[in-house]
Amino acid sequence: MTETQDAPARGDSATLPAIELAGVVKDYQSHGETVRAVKGLDLTIGEGEFFSLLGPSGCGKTTTMRMIAGFEEPTEGEVFLHGQKVTGVPAHRRDVNMVFQSYALFPHMSVFENVAFGLRRKGVERSEITRRVGEMLEIVDLAGREKRRPGQMSGGQQQRVALARALVNRPRALLLDEPLGALDLKLRQQMQVELKRIQREVGVTFVYVTHDQGEALTMSDRIAVMNDGSLEQLGTPRDIYEHPASKFVAGFIGTSNLLSGEVAEVADGRAVLAYGPGERIVVPLREGTAVSGGQHVELTVRPEKIELHTEPPAGDGSMIRGTVSEVVYLGTSTNYQVVTSAGADVVVFTQNVNSAEDIAARGDSVWLSWDPRHSYLIGQIGATP
Amino acid sequence: MRRRLTPYLMILPAGLWLVVFFAVPLIMMASLSLQQGNLVDGFQQTFHWQNYTEGLSTYGDKVVRSLWYGLLGTVACIVIAYPVAYWIAFHAGDRKSTYLFLLLLPFFVSFILRTVSWKFVLADNGIVLGTLKGWGLLPEGFHVLQTSFAVIAGLAYNFLPFMVLPIYVALERIDYRVIEAAKDLYAGRVQAFVRVVLPLSLPGVFAGVIMTFVPISADYVNAAILGGPQNTMIGNVIQTEYFNNSNYPTASALSFTLMAILLVGIFLYARVLGTKDVLEAAGR
Ligand SMILES: Nc1ncnc2c1ncn2[C@@H]1O[C@H](COP(=O)(O)OP(=O)(O)O)[C@@H](O)[C@H]1O
Ligand SMILES: [Mg+2]
Repeated sequence: MTETQDAPARGDSATLPAIELAGVVKDYQSHGETVRAVKGLDLTIGEGEFFSLLGPSGCGKTTTMRMIAGFEEPTEGEVFLHGQKVTGVPAHRRDVNMVFQSYALFPHMSVFENVAFGLRRKGVERSEITRRVGEMLEIVDLAGREKRRPGQMSGGQQQRVALARALVNRPRALLLDEPLGALDLKLRQQMQVELKRIQREVGVTFVYVTHDQGEALTMSDRIAVMNDGSLEQLGTPRDIYEHPASKFVAGFIGTSNLLSGEVAEVADGRAVLAYGPGERIVVPLREGTAVSGGQHVELTVRPEKIELHTEPPAGDGSMIRGTVSEVVYLGTSTNYQVVTSAGADVVVFTQNVNSAEDIAARGDSVWLSWDPRHSYLIGQIGATP
Repeated sequence: MRRRLTPYLMILPAGLWLVVFFAVPLIMMASLSLQQGNLVDGFQQTFHWQNYTEGLSTYGDKVVRSLWYGLLGTVACIVIAYPVAYWIAFHAGDRKSTYLFLLLLPFFVSFILRTVSWKFVLADNGIVLGTLKGWGLLPEGFHVLQTSFAVIAGLAYNFLPFMVLPIYVALERIDYRVIEAAKDLYAGRVQAFVRVVLPLSLPGVFAGVIMTFVPISADYVNAAILGGPQNTMIGNVIQTEYFNNSNYPTASALSFTLMAILLVGIFLYARVLGTKDVLEAAGR
């Protein structure tokens, strides 16, 4: 759209990120108090990316999205769309479209009119509208339902009308605020696959807000994990799952075991934590982390990375002792809960590949081991002297 | 068996009430409208249909004037009520109920008193006109009372809440996210209003029209207090025929004529405007 071109350009739009937030802060006034919903957010979202904002309820996801859409103005900081500063530009003049959690379909219009709404406002020619709406309804699998009213459709169908209504305008970015939140589990999983397919087909940048970590992991190219108005971590799903940067991320995404101990020695970019005889945890140190002997540190390790043994294992990786407190058989896998000699609760997932029976039973003494690559120091290690 | 009867038992009191106080008088009035006679000799049922034809030919112009005033009063109500309802629904914040209460406050006072007070306000040398004349802003002979303007203004004022409330309810029910969606889809404030807010509030306007047009067309108080002889409405005629002339058959026949016209009018109105296609067209 040409209407949004009134802000000063930052450079060549082809190489520019689709969306950029620079130092964005949002304060709300509520009952005479100031609530800081977003506390200084810097984000760069690439062209064609499936980008998720993930975080618990109330962490500022919707607020962030509404600032991109133009329904809220940042208290501080700037929003850029394709290098154009859009702070102060009203929603109807921003070339992004939103899919609302409640769909917000126009109840007095047919499916066709709902989808055609944006094109009509932009003054697109009639025949072109008919063609594009038809095409879009085809993509979302609603061809033949043009005359229906939103009220006559199921939740899943309404969801697809909302999607078509936004996508038909070929926005530079599509903003989706927990779009699947109102659907039941089965339909939600179906729509996750569907959304991914549609995004690949139309190649539009998707900014996807969700509090469901599974959804974010399976769908996204990159995820921004938010907590209490701030960015906790930004990375690919694998990054975030495998290398959680904070205790919060480790706990919020998947199941994670949190262990702690005192550093006995630092060598070869690794820290070694000593426990009882024969027990040790080896953690690789990321670049720039400074850890010294005697320091108390915390680390995480994912349950599926841990191996369970009844005999002391060989090798020079991490190994600690524990006692099995619970065994849960789940068919393809078995979950063990183990209390370590240091008193920490650890969960271990073992795949039931060729074992006919459980490795250990409740009350058994066991050894846990894992490759040092799979554990990470968390928290602000570098900041502590 | 008892379970099937329960709903009927529940409406029994209301049903009886309607039969005794609405249906019975209605039938008696219908019968009266076809009788002949006078107060001294009594009235006889003669199926005198001329009561209708003569009533209509004598007072046809008053019927037309009533409908015309009804139309103008209703339009005035819409024009005044819509912005008020809109403002309360979207901009009154936490004070919505306070403003609605303030709006209804004058209506705790009797209908007649309210209208009489308008007579004082609009009097030739009253607060408004007297002051303006004193400042030389209006000519000495200027008057508002005894004009159709005064009657229609009074009518619109007296029936305003019946327009504001249904429109308010319709606006209040609109999901604000639907309005945001319109703005997100490139509609500016005006387009968002015309394409989304207005069509979604039309059912409230339709309800308001019925609730104001009918009582305004049948009113006689405003014409009697604020109007002059040239503003006589059919309600005034019925009142005079009934209470002053004791011509019960003609008064009844005129009442039924007005009722029939209003019923047919409402029926046609509902048929034309009540359909969803009108809403759809408005949103396009
Ligand atoms: N309009 C508003 N007025 C006052 N506070 C608000 C408003 N919108 C959101 N908030 C507050 O801002 C914080 C972030 O809200 P939100 O962005 O909706 O979070 P999320 O979408 O992640 O659940 C919450 O504490 C919420 O109560
Ligand atoms: Mg939210």
